[in-house]
Amino acid sequence: MERTMADSGSEDIAVIGNTDLTPSESQNNVRNTMFEKGTNLLKRMEISVAEAEKRTGKNAVNMQETYTVYLIETRPVDAVQEATSPVPDSLWRRYSEFELLRNYLLVTYPYVVVPPLPEKRAEFVWHKLSADNMDPDFVERRRVGLENFLLRVASHPALSNDKIFRSFLTEVEGKSLEGNRVRDRISSEGIVSSSCADSRIKALNATFRVKNPDKRFAEMKHYGDELQSVISQLLRVRARAADRLYGVYKVHGNYGRVFSEWSAIEKEMGDGLQSAGHHMDAYAASIDDILEEEEHYADQLKEYLFYADALRAVCRKHELTQYELETAAQDLCSKKQQQEELATGTVRTFSLKGMTSKLFGQETPEQREAKLKMLEAQIEEGEELVKERNVESGEFVKGAWADIERFKEQKDHDLREALINYAIMQISMCKKGIQVWNNAKECFSKM
Amino acid sequence: MKLLGAMMQIKRPRFYSDSNNSVPSEKSPPVSIPADISGEMLDLDEDDDLEVFSKGTSLTDGNSLNPSTQTSPASMINQYKFQEEEEDADAKDLFVTVDNPESHVTAIETYITYRVVTKTTRSEFDSSEFEVRRRYQDFLWLRGRLEEAHPTLIIHPLPEKFVMKGMVERFNEDFIENRRRALHRFLNRIAEHPIFSSGDDFKIFLTAAPGELISHKKQGAGFLSRMGETVRAVAASVRGVRNRPDEFTEMLEYSEAFSQKISALHKVTQRISKEQREYLEELKECGPTLALWSSCEEALAEPLRCMADSLDRCCQETEEQLKHINDELIPDLHEYVLCTDTLKAVLRRRDNIQADLEAKAEALASKKTERESESKVLSLAWDSLVGRSPEEVKQHKLHKLNGQIKEIRDELEKLEDRQEWANNALRSDWTRWKKIMRTDLQSAFIDTADNNVKYYEKCLAIWESFLHSQRAEAEGNKNVDYS
Repeated sequence: MERTMADSGSEDIAVIGNTDLTPSESQNNVRNTMFEKGTNLLKRMEISVAEAEKRTGKNAVNMQETYTVYLIETRPVDAVQEATSPVPDSLWRRYSEFELLRNYLLVTYPYVVVPPLPEKRAEFVWHKLSADNMDPDFVERRRVGLENFLLRVASHPALSNDKIFRSFLTEVEGKSLEGNRVRDRISSEGIVSSSCADSRIKALNATFRVKNPDKRFAEMKHYGDELQSVISQLLRVRARAADRLYGVYKVHGNYGRVFSEWSAIEKEMGDGLQSAGHHMDAYAASIDDILEEEEHYADQLKEYLFYADALRAVCRKHELTQYELETAAQDLCSKKQQQEELATGTVRTFSLKGMTSKLFGQETPEQREAKLKMLEAQIEEGEELVKERNVESGEFVKGAWADIERFKEQKDHDLREALINYAIMQISMCKKGIQVWNNAKECFSKM
Repeated sequence: MKLLGAMMQIKRPRFYSDSNNSVPSEKSPPVSIPADISGEMLDLDEDDDLEVFSKGTSLTDGNSLNPSTQTSPASMINQYKFQEEEEDADAKDLFVTVDNPESHVTAIETYITYRVVTKTTRSEFDSSEFEVRRRYQDFLWLRGRLEEAHPTLIIHPLPEKFVMKGMVERFNEDFIENRRRALHRFLNRIAEHPIFSSGDDFKIFLTAAPGELISHKKQGAGFLSRMGETVRAVAASVRGVRNRPDEFTEMLEYSEAFSQKISALHKVTQRISKEQREYLEELKECGPTLALWSSCEEALAEPLRCMADSLDRCCQETEEQLKHINDELIPDLHEYVLCTDTLKAVLRRRDNIQADLEAKAEALASKKTERESESKVLSLAWDSLVGRSPEEVKQHKLHKLNGQIKEIRDELEKLEDRQEWANNALRSDWTRWKKIMRTDLQSAFIDTADNNVKYYEKCLAIWESFLHSQRAEAEGNKNVDYS
């Protein structure tokens, strides 16, 4: 069943005690409430990642490789509603292109908690799932994840208006170079802003200390750390539990086999045993579907695991902004100090210049004049820079904080829904169990 | 072979019991046997076989212990069956429980005793309630006696002797409880069996004070007679049985097949228990992780805590479900694994009895042949040397042979009766056992299915209440304006 992670609809409160999926919960195309209240883009356009296909081609080092491409379909909303939907616009893109898009967004909107992509490699796997990227189940879950990513971006007030993003969704170049132009544009845009972006990214990875850390951001970063740690742990435990539960159910299949063999040597008991055996087989088989559905909820958790990372990235970028501001302010301060020293001739603090001038005599008045002029210019520049950085920082903080609030609301809503859906799934699993064992009990009674 | 036969002749005047004959006949006979008969019968004692033999029959000729003249084994068995039906119709009149294990410390050893409480309305018991303490060895003794007395009847197995396996201690609580349960079932099965429950050994087990029991135990079949039994059994099984009737071959085949199936079921169940235990261990970590998470959250804290709570409760239910498998289903299946050993032993003994019979028939045949040839032989020169007339010698030899043949024929008849009795006993007990097995295993599986249904129902309730609490809260929050 095609269901994006953002789908829900459980705001449809059913009668108390009714634990079946409400009609809206089971619909494929009901949007997350967060999406509905969202953006112009989503009001006009329907976006989906409809299919996945295998391709082979030559890669950068001219070697054959196999990869998967995903079909992005877009359609004007009114057309869908009128049920006269024309063929949607569509284009194929592979995972690495999504990565490029996301990196671009990260750099261009540093104050935004950018939605994460589905995982690059399968992690927190329990034994039945393969960790192979080519595995059809993995591909299918990735398809859902990519669709979710696009919808998240499309529902973000700032990101949805980005031109590159729009092109990513709709621009189709010539048959052989699908999406190349967008990729190039992303790269080139990247290069243009990369000189500052590169240094920024490098700086992000370096350690630096901020003198006056913003308490709120520090707390947020700490929260991101905690969230990441606790979700990782939960995913690990879940994977192990799933493994074990799989074992429990599957071993019951052996009952089926032995009952069947036993029934062959019994006269009166045979029929009861035989039919009980069938129910044991059914029980053993039922775990496959159960765990596949459970994987779905693991994916929801994973999304927020990666979101935690995005949150921390914003906090780090804030720190960097703060650091740059402090650096500029500090530079300015020291330049002003130098100016003062030169002007008044007093050496307030120890400096090599002071020493050498003491030892070797002062500079000439012309030299001093020149130096003072230079310092003045630098100070002017410095003041400009500080003003700029202040504004940048202020804007960053404002934007980041607004987005973090938005993110918090979304996370609370989504995760609460995930918990509810998990409970619904457990209920369905219990009901199946009751049915199977009641059936088996009936068969045993006829033994 | 002849020697053994002779031994048997001397030691076992009664054909159908292999033991109990060293007990002096002064011992009071079972109540239901008329006193005059008990006097006539050689070495009569509390042999419970006699119960069957004598109930409802009118033995006017006390001399003929040989039932083939009076009542055929077939009619004996009819009485057995009749008695069984009678007992089915009657309400149960003997209730026995095994409980209250206690440690008993002496200078030499420490062991566990169990309390055995009997409530009965049977007339052969002096009072209506008894309470004694017994240890595992005492149960072993009882079963051994029953086995000796009834080689072809199927006796419920005892829990196994303690074997140093893994980390199970002898005084481990679970081990003791499992053993107690199994001992309880054992005694109840004996009590329900028409033949076993009417014997003196059983009665003494239930009622005797410790000193009494010890002295009674010492009166059991002596070492020599048991040795004789074992030697005979070995010889018989080496000899092998020639013409086993099809019905018993079928039983043997069934025993083999059943043994395989029940062992397989036991193993499968043990495996399920293991996997379930490991699943439970993992599940136990989910709750705490969620609780940890909820401590970092604000709005999400409550639902996360609720879910942590739900998961913890599910863990408890899983623990209980697992307990049922370990404490009930697995021991139940294990008992039937042990049963299959009993089945095979019983069939083997029946075969041995038949082998004995066949050997005796062979002996008779060869003696007859000898007689045939002897009557044609001319006297030897030696005899004439010794001074006896050839005719005299021949007559002497023939006379001797005839004597031997008569002896053998008598023994043969006894063996034939013994065989028939054993076969009939086995046949009815087999049917009885199969019925009980079916009931036992059926109810074991039904209980397990029931237990599993309850488990899922409880978990269902836990998740429904979680859902209810969350939806109620969402209902409350629904009016929050998200824009």
